[in-house]
Amino acid sequence: MPVSPHMSRREFVAIVTAAAGTFMGAVIGIPAIGYMIAPALQKVSADVWIPAGPVTNYPVGVPTLFNFNRTKVNGWEKTVNSYGVYIVQHEDGSIKALSNKCTHLSCRVNWKQEATAYICPCHDAFFDINGQIIKGPQPRPLDTYETKIENDILFIHFVGS
Amino acid sequence: MFQKTFNWLDERLGLKTIYDTVLDRKVPKVNWWFTLGSASLFLFLLQGITGIMLTVYYVPSPDHAYDSIQYIMTGVSYGWLIRGIHHWGASLMVLIVFFHMLRTYFFGAYKYPREFTWVTGVLLLLLTLGMGFTGYLLPWNQRAYWATTVATSIAGTVPFIGNFINQVLRGGSDLSAVTLARFFSVHIWWFPAMIAGLIGIHLYMVIRLGISSVPKEED
Repeated sequence: MPVSPHMSRREFVAIVTAAAGTFMGAVIGIPAIGYMIAPALQKVSADVWIPAGPVTNYPVGVPTLFNFNRTKVNGWEKTVNSYGVYIVQHEDGSIKALSNKCTHLSCRVNWKQEATAYICPCHDAFFDINGQIIKGPQPRPLDTYETKIENDILFIHFVGS
Repeated sequence: MFQKTFNWLDERLGLKTIYDTVLDRKVPKVNWWFTLGSASLFLFLLQGITGIMLTVYYVPSPDHAYDSIQYIMTGVSYGWLIRGIHHWGASLMVLIVFFHMLRTYFFGAYKYPREFTWVTGVLLLLLTLGMGFTGYLLPWNQRAYWATTVATSIAGTVPFIGNFINQVLRGGSDLSAVTLARFFSVHIWWFPAMIAGLIGIHLYMVIRLGISSVPKEED
């Protein structure tokens, strides 16, 4: 039999089979993989400005607690988390917004005017009015929120999940 | 390279022998009706794979079953596709298995020496219907709930032991979380395991005895 310069029938069938197989594998495989990893691809982070009322609600020099709730969705379950923020206006007009979650073990700190400190009821962590460590077991200062004022309304920048 | 690897494996596993026995066996000249068995097997595997995938998100509890399916349908990529295939594949499987039985019956393929193949086939048909019955409750919507209420009540009309059967099916006197849990268990473990085993026996006999030919005028 003379040697054909063209592709043999066997080679052609092999290539077509491989191509069709790859195509079918992709058609089945891509949805399957997408299905399995879908929860990891969904956007869960939140980046919102939360209104905290008129700036005049927050007296100068006295931290005032502001609470808000955020709903988190995991699959078909909704979880409502509450957050507390101590907001204090300084005399120079600057505003500090501090999370009331202690950086030690996440208990809620309270502002004590007589001690001029945030005190954690769990393990006596003390923070000063700007959230810096005075004494106690906490590893770092209180977390802060970015703030902005629009039309005399104070907003807190919430970034989380 | 591939040839060497294959030969190495073949020498130890006898792959060529398996291929020759299972796929390259001699068959009479048959027609398209004879493909229904393979189609049934394919659908069983398809239902198995899509079913396994659905259990990734599905939760068999009255509190979560409905919501988890809503999540599969709207929140998970291609969830609608996986569930859609499982849903329609279920109906198609009942249909195809039933046609497979009709073909066997009308072509006389159940006769000697294939009577026992027929017996396992009947069990497989009943188990397929059982899969449909147990799977129907799992979405835990109104239709599922009331269909199962009616069907278990029908089982309850059996003389003398009806009430007992009803309570065994429901896991109590009413449809409850217990019913959903046991239907789920039967749907994903008991029946699939039994079907897989019976398919093994069924296919063993198909290969051992060979398939029957299309009946002729004089048969």
